[in-house]
Amino acid sequence: MATKYDWPAADDRSLIGKRHTRVDGPAKARGVAKYSYDRNLDGMLYARLVISTVPHGRIIGIDTSTAERVPGYKGHVNIVNVGDEVQWVGSEILAICADTEEHARDAAAAVAVHFEALPHWVKDEDVKKAGEANRVQPAKDDTKGPEMAEAWASADETIEGYYGLGIITHCCLEPHGQVVDWTDDEITVYASTQAVARIPADLARGLSRDESIGDVSADAVHVITPYMGGGFGSKFNIDTWGVACAKLSKLTGKPVKLMLDRDEELMVAGGRPSDYGNIKVGAKKDGTLVAYESETWSTGGIAGRGSPPLPYVYNNEERLAQRARHLNVSTNIGPARAWRAPNHPQAAVLTMCPLEDLAAKLDMNPVDFFKKNADLTARPEVYRYEIDKCAEMIGWSEKWHQRGDSGSGPVKRGLGMSLHTWGGRPHDSTCEVRIQPDGGVSVNLASQDLGVGTYTTLSVVAAETLGLQIPDITVNIGSSKLPVSGASGGSTTVGGTTASTRRATVNALEELKAVVAEALEVGAADLVAKEGKIFAQSDESKSLSWGDACRKLGTRTITGQGKQPDREGGKLNDSGVGGVQMADVSVDVETGIVTINKLAAVQDVGLVVCLAQCESQVYGSLIQGIAYALYEESVYDQATGKMLNPDMEFYKLPGAGDIGELEVHMVQNKYDDRGVIGIGEPPVISPGAAISNAVANAIGVRVPTLPLTPDRVLAALENA
Amino acid sequence: MKNFEYIAPTDTLVATQALSAEPGVTTVLAGGTDLVSLLKQGIETPTRVVSLRNIAALRGISKSGGGLRIGAMATVDELLASKAAAPYRSLQAAARGITAPQVRAVGTVVGDLLQRPRCWYFRNGYGLLAMQDGESLVPNGENRYHAILGNKGPAYFVSASSFGPALVSLGATATVAGPEGERRVSVADLFRTPASASERETSLMPNEIVTEINVPSASGWKTSTYEVRQRQLLDWPLATASVAVRERGGRVSDARVVLGHVAPTPWRSSEAETALQGKSLGEDAGAEAGKAAVAAATPLSQNKAKVQLAAVAVKRAVAMAA
Repeated sequence: MATKYDWPAADDRSLIGKRHTRVDGPAKARGVAKYSYDRNLDGMLYARLVISTVPHGRIIGIDTSTAERVPGYKGHVNIVNVGDEVQWVGSEILAICADTEEHARDAAAAVAVHFEALPHWVKDEDVKKAGEANRVQPAKDDTKGPEMAEAWASADETIEGYYGLGIITHCCLEPHGQVVDWTDDEITVYASTQAVARIPADLARGLSRDESIGDVSADAVHVITPYMGGGFGSKFNIDTWGVACAKLSKLTGKPVKLMLDRDEELMVAGGRPSDYGNIKVGAKKDGTLVAYESETWSTGGIAGRGSPPLPYVYNNEERLAQRARHLNVSTNIGPARAWRAPNHPQAAVLTMCPLEDLAAKLDMNPVDFFKKNADLTARPEVYRYEIDKCAEMIGWSEKWHQRGDSGSGPVKRGLGMSLHTWGGRPHDSTCEVRIQPDGGVSVNLASQDLGVGTYTTLSVVAAETLGLQIPDITVNIGSSKLPVSGASGGSTTVGGTTASTRRATVNALEELKAVVAEALEVGAADLVAKEGKIFAQSDESKSLSWGDACRKLGTRTITGQGKQPDREGGKLNDSGVGGVQMADVSVDVETGIVTINKLAAVQDVGLVVCLAQCESQVYGSLIQGIAYALYEESVYDQATGKMLNPDMEFYKLPGAGDIGELEVHMVQNKYDDRGVIGIGEPPVISPGAAISNAVANAIGVRVPTLPLTPDRVLAALENA
Repeated sequence: MKNFEYIAPTDTLVATQALSAEPGVTTVLAGGTDLVSLLKQGIETPTRVVSLRNIAALRGISKSGGGLRIGAMATVDELLASKAAAPYRSLQAAARGITAPQVRAVGTVVGDLLQRPRCWYFRNGYGLLAMQDGESLVPNGENRYHAILGNKGPAYFVSASSFGPALVSLGATATVAGPEGERRVSVADLFRTPASASERETSLMPNEIVTEINVPSASGWKTSTYEVRQRQLLDWPLATASVAVRERGGRVSDARVVLGHVAPTPWRSSEAETALQGKSLGEDAGAEAGKAAVAAATPLSQNKAKVQLAAVAVKRAVAMAA
């Protein structure tokens, strides 16, 4: 029996699950959508960071005397002080502001910071060398499942190999930063953030650490972020530059803009940990997996970081003997931040690549091998279904061949696959829906749209609930003064915000129905809102248009509240999804250049709210996946400790011509009863492993580490 | 960015007189696709920038005698659209390799020749020779994109020019204007491997301007350029080769093979040319020429792959020319 908040049944949905164009698309396409970077306030000053030029050192002097004489200089605040240590190139030292951006740059360049150099280390792949430099710490050694020695003894075939992937950054197109306007009334922060509701307390805390500022109330802070240009997990906090920007605004009495430069963005504001490892996997002749052992290491800066969940997806603790050891490598590079599906893309490479190598050794088709072992996963039925569907989309049965394309000519073609999982548990969210006497409907909550479709999905939910159309709904998000909603991380937003919005809208509608029931002289329970009308089910002639119904409110505005989590009256969301991806690649074995012919993705997310936005998340993930599979890597120089490619020239991303064909299939009408589950993370997990597997299938040998650049591909061919 | 004086004279002589004979004091602005970022990053810090945009005599691409004249302000797009340039297939291929519409629209052919190296140590402020404490950072550092030929040091960067190899293979010359008048120099001799930190990667004096490039007729020559590039998006090639060959009786009688992105200058390979001599243009001849081109290569710690990529570039350029 459906309860009142449940999502409408499949045949009762007019908007949910269908394709809708992005409601914020026109504003973005016309350039009228204001991002934080676009905010230019009257009298605004420009701030720049002064950053560390050494990878490790103690600050022995900060001389701003020349900088203070630069024309237009307005002030500076220290982020660290003399005596403090810096641990990476790009580490924030102070922020300085001036009347123009050019003067601010001149002033920043005129600051002299003196360091006492300390030993540094920036390399991680060669774990032996890192160990010799005293940079390696044991982090984990977990053994689970059946007895290890017995499991190995039962294996008919084993493979041992080395796999890995280097450090990449988030490379947000809108860099980190904000404009802060500190007035007597309020501290207004136009922040590029994934956490509108969280930033006020974060900033207040940061400011209160400075005795000269004193206590600042989080309620004095107003964060405004209607649009933002990419976060991917790197924009949850106010960061040192946000606190410094606010202090400069207080100091000067003017609004101050501080957005990072591209090089700063790549050096210090992003970073996904590397992961390398020696992996051993064993199976019986029929392909049944029996044992998996990994010894991995990674770095994400001075604190290490990056411990992948291994073995990945195929991890049944009753039936698979498994041991996962991990080492932390400490390096003097910008610290890692959560990168879309933290640790999972690495785990996929370190699991799905060795598994495909084992399948090849067993002369098994990977589709059969991965399906055969699906019982070792948490959702065997889902994966079996998705593998079959994805195989159909990529033409697996027609195109797949045993390892090594035997065709003539230098261009070899191959197929590869990978599986992934993600939680996507909804975050907490509160929503207020207003119905105005003029028929207007607004959805209000302090969420944010990272470019993922939040405006659209919430419009769909409210419109569906009220029997209206998407343009009838106004979505107000991106302000911390609205009801609190969670940060957008971990694929938690769509599940959290659609639930609170659904509940708030249903509650608001109930109030309206009570008014309409009186006017039509029917029972409120008899009323439905559909196709722009509210009418009695028992007698459809008893009906009011939406506008007429709202006019009955007179001068009153209805507000409906909704909260997530809320166990009352319906199940609206869930967590835990599966996905399968397959890649079709061509490899020129003379040049080592890999091109993508096609990527196919099948993804389960429970109930799809807006099919177009959901697919769009997967398309974006596949492109981001191609980027880290083939192109992206942060290159660090040991002698200088510097990242050599903090730019978009040698920090390579794919362009439209490098992407190939992408085909996405969202699983619908199968797991809808589970409710809404997040989509942001899961589809970015598999591309690296699937593409690496396809390359191995094409050329007959494994290229051990990503990105699959020409030099790595040629080296693998030569070593074969 | 350091402030500078900006002038845009209408006359070449005035422009050269506005340039200092001292290195690093003044600089020339054409399309600006390279210079502007160098100025912003503080890698170039001139006190005066002399723009060539108002000098009408430096514009255009046209037939000249039997050959082709490319003015200093002619853009990559103009080259691609020029009927006069259409027979020069190796130049066309090099132009198509610059895959950014923005760069093609404002970037000039001469600017491509004279752009500074893309070496990431240079671009990160360690100087053209990437020196730290009297030693080059390159041989033991991150050298995957660095030189495999002509790399005995102290220079390890590669010439980034897209058109250099093609123009050298076509026997093009440059007209160079200075305060004392004009001189002509082969495009090959425009490039130089610096022997010390006081030298640059071109043979131009600081107060000289390349006013035009003259390319001899390509009639009777088969020409091509092949670039090994990882991306379709604007991307520096990993290795390129331009060839120009003439045949007599189905056999190669003249061959010019010039590699790009493998050495501090466009790298003319007499070994590859010798290998082609007297052969018929087929797969085998190209493969042998490719092998010969890299026989003397001395890869650094991380750029061994470039040896093969350079050989493949030659092989494929020969195949395209055939």
